[in-house]
Amino acid sequence: MNAGSIPILSIMLAVPTLAAIACLFARAEMARIIALTATLFNLLLGVWLWLSYDPAGAQWQFVENAELFGPIGWKLGIDGISLTLIMLSVFLMPICIGASWHAIDKRVGEYMAAFLLMETLMIGVFAAQDLLLFYIFFEAGLIPMYLIIGIWGGADRIYASYKFFLYTLLGSVVMLIAMLWMIQQAGTADIPTLLNTDFAPEAQKWLWLAFFASFAVKMPMWPVHTWLPDAHVQAPTAGSVILAGVLLKMGGYGFLRFSLPMFPEASADFIPLVFGLSMVAVVYTSLVALVQNDMKKLIAYSSVAHMAIVTVGLFTFNQQGIEGAIIVMLSHGLVSGALFLCVGVIYDRLHTREISRYGGLSINMPKYALLFMLFTMASVGLPGTSGFVGEFLSLAGAYKVSTWATLIATTGIILGAGYMLYLYRRIAFGEQVNADAAAMRDMDGREMWLLAPIAAAVLWMGVYPETFLAPIRRDVANIVDRIERAAPAGDTKLKDQDPTTAKYRVGGHEEKAAEGSH
Amino acid sequence: MDLNASLYLVRPEVILSFSALALLLVSAWRAECGRLVSILAVATLAGAGAYVAHFLCNDTDAMAFYGLFSNDSFANLSKILIYIAAAIALMIAPRFLEKAGAMRAEYPVLILLSCIGMGIMVSATDLVTLYIGLELQSLSAYVLASFARYDGRSAEAGLKYFVLGGLASGILLFGMSLLYGFAGSTSFAAISAAIGGDAGLGLVFGIVFVLSGLAFKISAAPFHMWTPDVYEGAPTPVTAFFASAPKVAAIALTMRVAVEAFGSQIAVWQQIIIAVALMSIIIGAVGAIGQQNLKRLLAYSSINNVGFILIGLAAGTEQGIAAMFVYLAIYVAMTLGSFIILMQLKDRDGAYREGMSDIAGLSKTRPALAAMLAIFMFSLAGIPPLFGFWGKLVVFQAAVAANLLPLAVIGIAASVIGAFYYLKVVKVMYFDDPADVIFAGDDKTLTWTGAALALANSPVGYLSIPVLGLLSAQAARTLF
Repeated sequence: MNAGSIPILSIMLAVPTLAAIACLFARAEMARIIALTATLFNLLLGVWLWLSYDPAGAQWQFVENAELFGPIGWKLGIDGISLTLIMLSVFLMPICIGASWHAIDKRVGEYMAAFLLMETLMIGVFAAQDLLLFYIFFEAGLIPMYLIIGIWGGADRIYASYKFFLYTLLGSVVMLIAMLWMIQQAGTADIPTLLNTDFAPEAQKWLWLAFFASFAVKMPMWPVHTWLPDAHVQAPTAGSVILAGVLLKMGGYGFLRFSLPMFPEASADFIPLVFGLSMVAVVYTSLVALVQNDMKKLIAYSSVAHMAIVTVGLFTFNQQGIEGAIIVMLSHGLVSGALFLCVGVIYDRLHTREISRYGGLSINMPKYALLFMLFTMASVGLPGTSGFVGEFLSLAGAYKVSTWATLIATTGIILGAGYMLYLYRRIAFGEQVNADAAAMRDMDGREMWLLAPIAAAVLWMGVYPETFLAPIRRDVANIVDRIERAAPAGDTKLKDQDPTTAKYRVGGHEEKAAEGSH
Repeated sequence: MDLNASLYLVRPEVILSFSALALLLVSAWRAECGRLVSILAVATLAGAGAYVAHFLCNDTDAMAFYGLFSNDSFANLSKILIYIAAAIALMIAPRFLEKAGAMRAEYPVLILLSCIGMGIMVSATDLVTLYIGLELQSLSAYVLASFARYDGRSAEAGLKYFVLGGLASGILLFGMSLLYGFAGSTSFAAISAAIGGDAGLGLVFGIVFVLSGLAFKISAAPFHMWTPDVYEGAPTPVTAFFASAPKVAAIALTMRVAVEAFGSQIAVWQQIIIAVALMSIIIGAVGAIGQQNLKRLLAYSSINNVGFILIGLAAGTEQGIAAMFVYLAIYVAMTLGSFIILMQLKDRDGAYREGMSDIAGLSKTRPALAAMLAIFMFSLAGIPPLFGFWGKLVVFQAAVAANLLPLAVIGIAASVIGAFYYLKVVKVMYFDDPADVIFAGDDKTLTWTGAALALANSPVGYLSIPVLGLLSAQAARTLF
């Protein structure tokens, strides 16, 4: 198989776009089939991409460059980090379409078109190698998501859609000015070139803050997270899945692709800010999650807490921390997506998200209870699931930089166990107090097909994370190399070179591998 | 320079003048031939446009009539935009005006006269030529605003426009007389040469008055008050015309005056333009929020957009001028498209509706219409991937290149306020329950021009970036 000569990334962008246009003109049943076919086809292309990607090859692979739009270059290309996130997107999309199969019965064509456009834009964000092209994909996602929340959302959907749109827009426009300034200074919008451009430390601060405004909202970090619970609660199930699964990852991807390697000095200077906000987020949003009565809101707040661990991991400036952050992003994409699907399953039956309306579901819905248990455990970070790997790595990385930040961030895992298990107890265990909830039938084949692949991926990532670490290792090492000159000293008392402690250091071999590669 | 050479250079204006007079005679004898005259007028515009395109392709740069009139790429690109906008305004009008009982042959003739005035405006290199062109355009516009003369709102719009326009012309003339007094010449080049160095108070006054008069013509804040009233009152095709062609002409004129006549005093006018731009953006955005009438809303939107265009002028660089052209071209497509959609909002009795509540749930009853209006709204808001984004991007790029970072940051942050009301239109169409007011229109011209403009504003429009960039750079170069 030779994927080098075929513009596979362009094809992956074109397939959902064309399918979206077709869906607009198709009737409901036809639109569903078109959407499912297109997303499955894109998944196949994604698998092909994954198989053809050479972790030891060039840093940027599947590079395309067409001078179509004058100053905006149609430049695409991926490294390992992009690859994993693109895989996450194409993996979740057919599941989203499947989740909306019966749940959406009005304006199906437009709904499917909006989702397919979302897929195009998500792949575009992760594959763009031109700063302006990236911004276009990044911003354009607002329009379909605004429509998805506003048209097919819950009772308070209009407020939520406005808040989502304006919040994220305000965050991003300042970033645009920063991008224009960078293009002006560097004379190019080419991301690989910009990655190796050194901006003056004074300018870096402003640029970093401008990018931070955008990515912190997208991530979302405390205190600009308030759009997320609203958007999640009001969005239809599949909308929540895509929002939590992929859209939030754009923030982390942005930090990783832009903030860290382009502004290393500023990133180091702002570590206290990032860690501070993340620590608050972990504790505060976990506590908020603990008192929620609405299932979706609870999971939404748990997302903020998990994303805070991502930001801690990203700003550790070391291999483990950043790798861990990426794994948390992937894991959270799968797990929170699955949890929203689980909520969707029972929401479709009872049409309420209130936790107290359920109870004792393990009796009448054993299959559901089992899968829900698995994802709950993955969210908590039980060893053997994906959540453990990522959180462990990123916190181990963080420990090298700041003991206190790690200590407080780790409470998130304990609190996470608290609110997730409490949620699970209230829904699956206990007396069957609600007759209608007790009469609900177990999951049907379609719902099993939605959740089973995610369950498999979660376990795979938990048991053998190497599959997912292999493609990103070298790219993370590149970033670590790039930012090493600004790396903070850290408050650890262990000496790196001390041979007596070498065997206790976690992940030491990875650092050696990284050192060997340059 | 002999007369023949001069006449060759003004040939587009000559064609338009003779045709306008001939068509006026035709309409004097046959009153009920509005449609025929409209078609002939469009043909005339195409003929004149062919000459302009010819000049543009050859990058002609010559003076006619002893330095009173310049035929350069700057003027020619503006004229192309003006003629296209005017032709569309002619094509979409007949059915609407017939319904209002006001379709008369004078409409196309007035549009043509206005086009001559605008052509002179953008080519003017002398204060006198400038004023003649401006008045020719304005006087035609006053009549056009009150064209549906049995409609009280239209008559009111015309009167308001006339009185306030007269005031603005007075202000402009006063500024011009001051300039003449200090510079001793009415020619732009001579003024620029004479006023270099330390600017005295009188000269600054002259510049401020001239720019204020021009700000009125482009409906920039704080001289924007007439815009919502006139836009609301005038018949919709006329409003579409006002929002496009004269705006291009007046903005191009402002560019030329600022750069060619005041080029040696950039520091003086730059702060004025920055203030005007920011005020327009913010007033345009905030003023639109409470509007219930779509035409008023689009009026505020045009004020808002003028603010963004002026950011390019505030940069005061060649890049900024080129960016303004790009923005203007996209703006014409966006705004004409929006008005064309508005003209298709007819209720069961065939009456035109323009209220915000009338389009509630439009996406369910008329999905294509709603989708197109949504495209225009997102494009006006400058949300990628729609083409309006590119216009905003280039002006901000020029501002950043000119080191006007605070202006860029405030301007773009204010664009988020603007996004709010554009989103509101989309929300009303897509999220609200159908009001069931709007019924299918049957005007094929409107459908097709609307669809074409929507396509131009969709991501497909990005394909035109290379051409647009080339032409606007060529036009900007002639000013510097």
